[in-house]
Amino acid sequence: MTRDLPVRDIAVVAFAQTDHRRTSEELSEVEMLMPVLHRVLAQTGLKTADIGFTCSGSSDYLAGRAFSFTLALDGVGAWPPISESHVEMDGAWALYEAWTKLLTGDADTALVYSYGKSSPGPLRDVLTRQLDPYYVAPLWPDSVALAALQAQALVDAGDTDEPALAAVAARSRTDATLNSHAQLRGSVPQGEYVVRPLRTGDCPPIGDGAAAVILAAGERARELCDRPAWIRGIDHRIEAHGLGVRDLTDSPSTRLAAEKAGAFERPVDTAELHAPFTSQEVVLRKALKLDGGVRVNLSGGALAANPVMAAGLIRIGEAAARIHRGESDRALAHATSGPCLQQNLVAVLEGDPR
Amino acid sequence: MPEVLKASFAVEFPFTRSLGPVQSAFLTGLRERVVLGVRTSDGRTLVPPVEYDPVTAEEIRDLVEVAPTGTVTTWAWNHTPRRDQPLDTPFAWALVRLDGADTALLHALDAPGPDAVHTGMRVRVRWAEERTGAITDIACFEPYDGGPDDGGPDGGGPAGPADHEGLPRGATGEFEDPITGIVARARLDYTYSPGRAQTAYINALADRRNVGERCPSCRKVYVPPRGACPTCGVATSEQVEVGPRGTVTTFCIVNIKAKNLDIEVPYVYAHIALDGADLALHGRIGGIPYDQVRMGLRVEPVWTERARYPDHYRPTGEPDADYDTYKELV
Ligand SMILES: [Zn+2]
Repeated sequence: MTRDLPVRDIAVVAFAQTDHRRTSEELSEVEMLMPVLHRVLAQTGLKTADIGFTCSGSSDYLAGRAFSFTLALDGVGAWPPISESHVEMDGAWALYEAWTKLLTGDADTALVYSYGKSSPGPLRDVLTRQLDPYYVAPLWPDSVALAALQAQALVDAGDTDEPALAAVAARSRTDATLNSHAQLRGSVPQGEYVVRPLRTGDCPPIGDGAAAVILAAGERARELCDRPAWIRGIDHRIEAHGLGVRDLTDSPSTRLAAEKAGAFERPVDTAELHAPFTSQEVVLRKALKLDGGVRVNLSGGALAANPVMAAGLIRIGEAAARIHRGESDRALAHATSGPCLQQNLVAVLEGDPR
Repeated sequence: MPEVLKASFAVEFPFTRSLGPVQSAFLTGLRERVVLGVRTSDGRTLVPPVEYDPVTAEEIRDLVEVAPTGTVTTWAWNHTPRRDQPLDTPFAWALVRLDGADTALLHALDAPGPDAVHTGMRVRVRWAEERTGAITDIACFEPYDGGPDDGGPDGGGPAGPADHEGLPRGATGEFEDPITGIVARARLDYTYSPGRAQTAYINALADRRNVGERCPSCRKVYVPPRGACPTCGVATSEQVEVGPRGTVTTFCIVNIKAKNLDIEVPYVYAHIALDGADLALHGRIGGIPYDQVRMGLRVEPVWTERARYPDHYRPTGEPDADYDTYKELV
């Protein structure tokens, strides 16, 4: 099939993230975020005043305060007025908005950041507030419970079993030993059941963290980065709201987003998948047709650090950073939002041929 | 660094939500111990029902009754129920495809343990004793050893459809006194920590001092400090004591009494630039008739016993400040 290619080349040229921790209560959101913003700008030599468009992702429900993102804006030097936008989503969707802004030619550079402090509230309960308010949210099914329903469906379908899920966790956390930002590294016991069939080892750590990315178009990207990670395609798709309408063992929205992003046109060598639960990696590998030749989540993935609202943007950042360092030529990055992989975004990144 | 402050708070909200015709029929049906689905144009029956076909986005309104019995399509054992979940004893979360439906409904399944639950097991609705027209009118599911409910004396509700393809019997969504809205109550408990800069500010207030922070780049002093300069995007760090006196930069006259507030209206709420600060904070003005408050008025804080912040600001009696001295802060 042929695909309409973007009218303008746009690349990820810089990426930074915090060390993700169980709690960063000694810092306000902006205090947690600012060092990351400074680091990502320093990588390019840009100042906040040089940035053409700024877009962020976060959630008021994590902070328990309305318009909480406005305080974080202090960290980007929002005065005098800048061109700015916010999504109440993972930062990967903020990156999508920034990418479309750059496509229009309105800006040549964009700063994308996202952050989440899960420590102030009961995260499993907080996330229930994103569910259907009529039929589901009144029952308070927490995020682990919903993932566990999906895991059991996979076990029943013969797609995985508990030892295979444990192996996903072990591999992720072993890979995370090389990621100094990760919250959980090295051998972590698989633990007791949280909601059966998922054990603590199958679930992501709860933590606070932030991430930032800089996008640039065309020649500007080459000026700012030795080996830009060109976004060859990016797309996001959503599935039916009702969990009982969906086949939980598959993720057709991920597959469609990947197809539209051009992921299947040529093999990728690296994939960063936003799979907070071990069972979700099983679903995503199937949906994305990833075989053993693809290196998956060398960062440790969301099982090693899952700062809510930033973990998806981090997948794009980690994939891009591998291209920057020459460790990958063509990488797939995936971000998810909502219960049981409800919404999925796929980006395909490439470095210039060597 | 002194320990950061922490305080617990709860966010509680009773969202009032309207129901469309389909959700109204479904939830009213639950009150009457009837489970309704909606039929799509290609003949599938969706339970719980939605107003638009998730595949074609076509509007759907064709309500049909399904049985209160069904089959588990997937499940998860919840050995430590959390607050507000349907049961407070260990239970299974389950997706249940009711007899006559093509999609599954999420709810709790009351079973003695995980060994008593499996995909494919038969279950039936256990109705809540008091039903109001909400998803919680289904108390939970319970194991059920039988086929599609025949509507017998223990069936727990009106008869379901005779068979999947046949015409529905029983209710079709016409009820007396239908539910048209629900109140979705929610409460989340947080522990708030204001971070380094605001902790320092609040601690200083305990000594009745106003401490701002200076930006290392543009030298502006922010009070209350939030830890960052919004102009330069850098961390503020140097602490600077400001005030206690200040200048009214702008104000408004409040004429509506807020709930639980014992301040008589009208009163004046003002932006006050404390001496030495480059950002105005706000406070109430007292000790002067409301219609005599003006821009440039010089004020000072008035503290009441054991207060953690000034109760209000009152005139100092100094001559008004010259507009040029505060015009940048208006
Ligand atoms: Zn400054």
